[in-house]
Amino acid sequence: MVRVASETLNSRVPEGPVDEVWDKHRFNMKLVNPANKRKFTVIVVGTGLAGGAAAASLAELGYNVKSFCFQDSPRRAHSIAAQGGINAAKNYPNDGDSIWRLFYDTVKGGDYRAREANVYRLAQVSNNIIDQCVSQGVPFAREYGGTLANRSFGGAQVSRTFYCRGQTGQQLLLGAYQALMRQVHIGKVELFARREMLELIVVDGVARGIIVRNLTTGELETHTADAVVLCTGGYGNVYYLSTNAKGCNVTAAWRCHKRGAYFANPCYTQIHPTCIPVSGDYQSKLTLMSESLRNDGRVWVPKDPEDKRNPAEIPNEDRDYYLERRYPAFGNLVPRDVASRASKERCDAGYGVGETQLAVYLDFRDAIQRDGEDAIRKKYGNLFHMYEKITAENPYQVPMKIYPAVHYTMGGLWVDYHLMSNLPGLFVLGEANFSDHGANRLGASALMQGLSDGYFVIPYTIGDHLAKAVLPKIPADHPACVEALESAQSRIDQLLAVKGTRTVDSFHRALGQIMWDHCGMARNKAGLELAISQIRELRDQFWKDVRVLGSGESLNQSLEKAGRVADFLEFGELMCIDALNREESCGGHFREEHQTEEGEAKRNDEEFSYVAAWEFHDVGDEPTLHKEPLSFPNVPPTTRSYK
Amino acid sequence: MSSESLNLTLRIWRQDGPNAKGGFRDYKLNGVSTHMSFLEMLDVLNEQLIEAGEESVAFDHDCREGICGACSLMIDGKAHGPDQATTTCQLHMRRFHDGDTITIEPWRASAFPVLRDLVVDRSAFDRIIQAGGYVSVNTGNAPDGNAIPVPGTVQETAMDAAACIGCGACVAACKNASAMLFVSAKVSQLAVLPQGKAERGERVLSMVAQMDEEGFGHCTNTSECEAACPAEISVDNIARLNREYVRASLVSGK
Repeated sequence: MVRVASETLNSRVPEGPVDEVWDKHRFNMKLVNPANKRKFTVIVVGTGLAGGAAAASLAELGYNVKSFCFQDSPRRAHSIAAQGGINAAKNYPNDGDSIWRLFYDTVKGGDYRAREANVYRLAQVSNNIIDQCVSQGVPFAREYGGTLANRSFGGAQVSRTFYCRGQTGQQLLLGAYQALMRQVHIGKVELFARREMLELIVVDGVARGIIVRNLTTGELETHTADAVVLCTGGYGNVYYLSTNAKGCNVTAAWRCHKRGAYFANPCYTQIHPTCIPVSGDYQSKLTLMSESLRNDGRVWVPKDPEDKRNPAEIPNEDRDYYLERRYPAFGNLVPRDVASRASKERCDAGYGVGETQLAVYLDFRDAIQRDGEDAIRKKYGNLFHMYEKITAENPYQVPMKIYPAVHYTMGGLWVDYHLMSNLPGLFVLGEANFSDHGANRLGASALMQGLSDGYFVIPYTIGDHLAKAVLPKIPADHPACVEALESAQSRIDQLLAVKGTRTVDSFHRALGQIMWDHCGMARNKAGLELAISQIRELRDQFWKDVRVLGSGESLNQSLEKAGRVADFLEFGELMCIDALNREESCGGHFREEHQTEEGEAKRNDEEFSYVAAWEFHDVGDEPTLHKEPLSFPNVPPTTRSYK
Repeated sequence: MSSESLNLTLRIWRQDGPNAKGGFRDYKLNGVSTHMSFLEMLDVLNEQLIEAGEESVAFDHDCREGICGACSLMIDGKAHGPDQATTTCQLHMRRFHDGDTITIEPWRASAFPVLRDLVVDRSAFDRIIQAGGYVSVNTGNAPDGNAIPVPGTVQETAMDAAACIGCGACVAACKNASAMLFVSAKVSQLAVLPQGKAERGERVLSMVAQMDEEGFGHCTNTSECEAACPAEISVDNIARLNREYVRASLVSGK
């Protein structure tokens, strides 16, 4: 059985009504006076929305900031790929939105597994984010009169999503990047691109620095500071195939976990229903098609699994519009988790279409007949174009083929209300932490959270830590630095010393298959136990048989990948352990043992209304479970139904 | 659409390090599915190279959906290959034919030195943005979003320019290795928006000065940059940059 710590975790959420705590707390937190700020150095790892915003804002306050990213430029962080938009409770359309409603929707959308106080704060600062981005020159869509435009998104009943065509993430990220570049110019931020974090330096229980590898020269560098802010994104690439960028990885977070930071709710992953299906063994990534397509497209498979006719020749009576059949009230517009599971169910039962039979049709025939091709082109032209570029099929004439794909991870390092992990001095922001989305994230909320954490939370909470902590100067030859450096070096040496026969990618693919089969859209006890033993076996094989050529002293992309996959091979096991422990279905986590007679997710609030934060002991050793109880005094839990 | 299979010869630039001497090496690659993306084809090559004991070909890539700007290959002499408005990562092998020889090189520009194989150093672009490619507004200083009205047409012009992905294809395609399209895209976005007006003169002068310092060449209006740009940034932006530059020079007396 799982080892459970006797004491629950302290989230440091202040007492008081949820809509007042952040304001009161900002007053109660300690400040660092302006003259003293320049005496502190803060390391920010990652330059996406959270990291870029944090590094720029902290530098503006006067702290000395060191900013790190593994890409060749901070502008390439994967936030850049977000398409849809960013939510805020501005209520510009006058349609009944409010901070309270955004808070309520987010808690409910997360299937009651998020921390209420964090979510409320997120909703509160959402409006400041829009203002900040506008003033940076982010070209949000406008009405003719010049005011900001909104659209509805992700099933919300109000229009609260701000957007820049289909490139909202790009424009928000460039806003943060430019703010960061301005601080580099002023000299308050020192920029370290093409650096990968390999170790956290912990001195007397406090995070004080990092070890990074210079990816151009291979040199390991020691960087010390007064606090470390981790903004290193999610772990979706544990599945090998996902909508994440190829470089996205869990290494920085995992190294912090191995140094003592708890990893919370790793089993919460979001599988997005409308992605272009896998087309062959060589496939390297999956591409998302905006879920807005389900507004006009109808999802179906043939009623007869042997029906191999051209889809256009299959008459309506031989088609199974299974979402409309199962969920007459919501039809094709059910939430992401429900739509994804329903596609999987049909394909598992043998009804899948296409060469791989792991796809369903998303058909615009009826919409084109009803509204005309021009109307559909106006709405979705760019998406149809992208689809055709990848598949060489024209979706105006033949239905799209789609299948769910891993998209976002709600789990991450455990943080308290200050966004500080259980390791003092280690702060975790954005997708890398666990706090705001519970078990399922709503559309257009990821950008909001990254920027909220970076622009409007960390600048306040880090001061409280710096003002209170005792932070003696750490020289680079401090035993803790030397030990961390040696640890990073020895792992590189080990990877190069195996000299086996199999490529890194072949291991990564094998891991991805295990995770997808057993810890993907549906999980069960037997499958998860099998996955754990398969992962352990694969990990052993990896360390016996991986082939990493070249040296550690040069640009070596195989070595970079090997380090990341080695960490995924340890992390994947924790995901399965967490999924095994959580004997309920909630949001993106669906345990087949816990469903209603109609096959819907069944939550167990009695026993599982808590955050599962895991403490590392050793590779392959059972971690210890620390619980943070969750309560919902403001948004009482209900069952989500879409029938 | 069913998949076909291609047998190809790849002529790839190999270079061990920034100071090493580079050269082309030929590789045979058989059985390439036409469904593969160009980078997936290189993945397959790299798997085969590693199995044969040769180090893989280094190339920059990340999002593989055309937005991060990391991928950067000269394919048969064209930046990002033969397709219009397409990054290397969005290019698919169905664009090629059985028996083709495909030449793959890094971006060629002295301001983008080669780090290894097909990977170049584009940090010059970051330094140009550092010189002034921003609005100087600290976090917390902003008025309400709707307090700064931006007419729809102005916003559209700004967004067209802001769509630049910073890949450097414009430089690679230009016979002078000029960075004018990249620089002008940022100058334009911030010059047309009311938020950027206060600094517009200082911005264009500083960014152009930095561009020159980085060793990019001059613009001679051949528009190769526009043809190669995967984000379809227009050379109209270069005209705007020139106007902004002249205006700022007159106003500031610099």
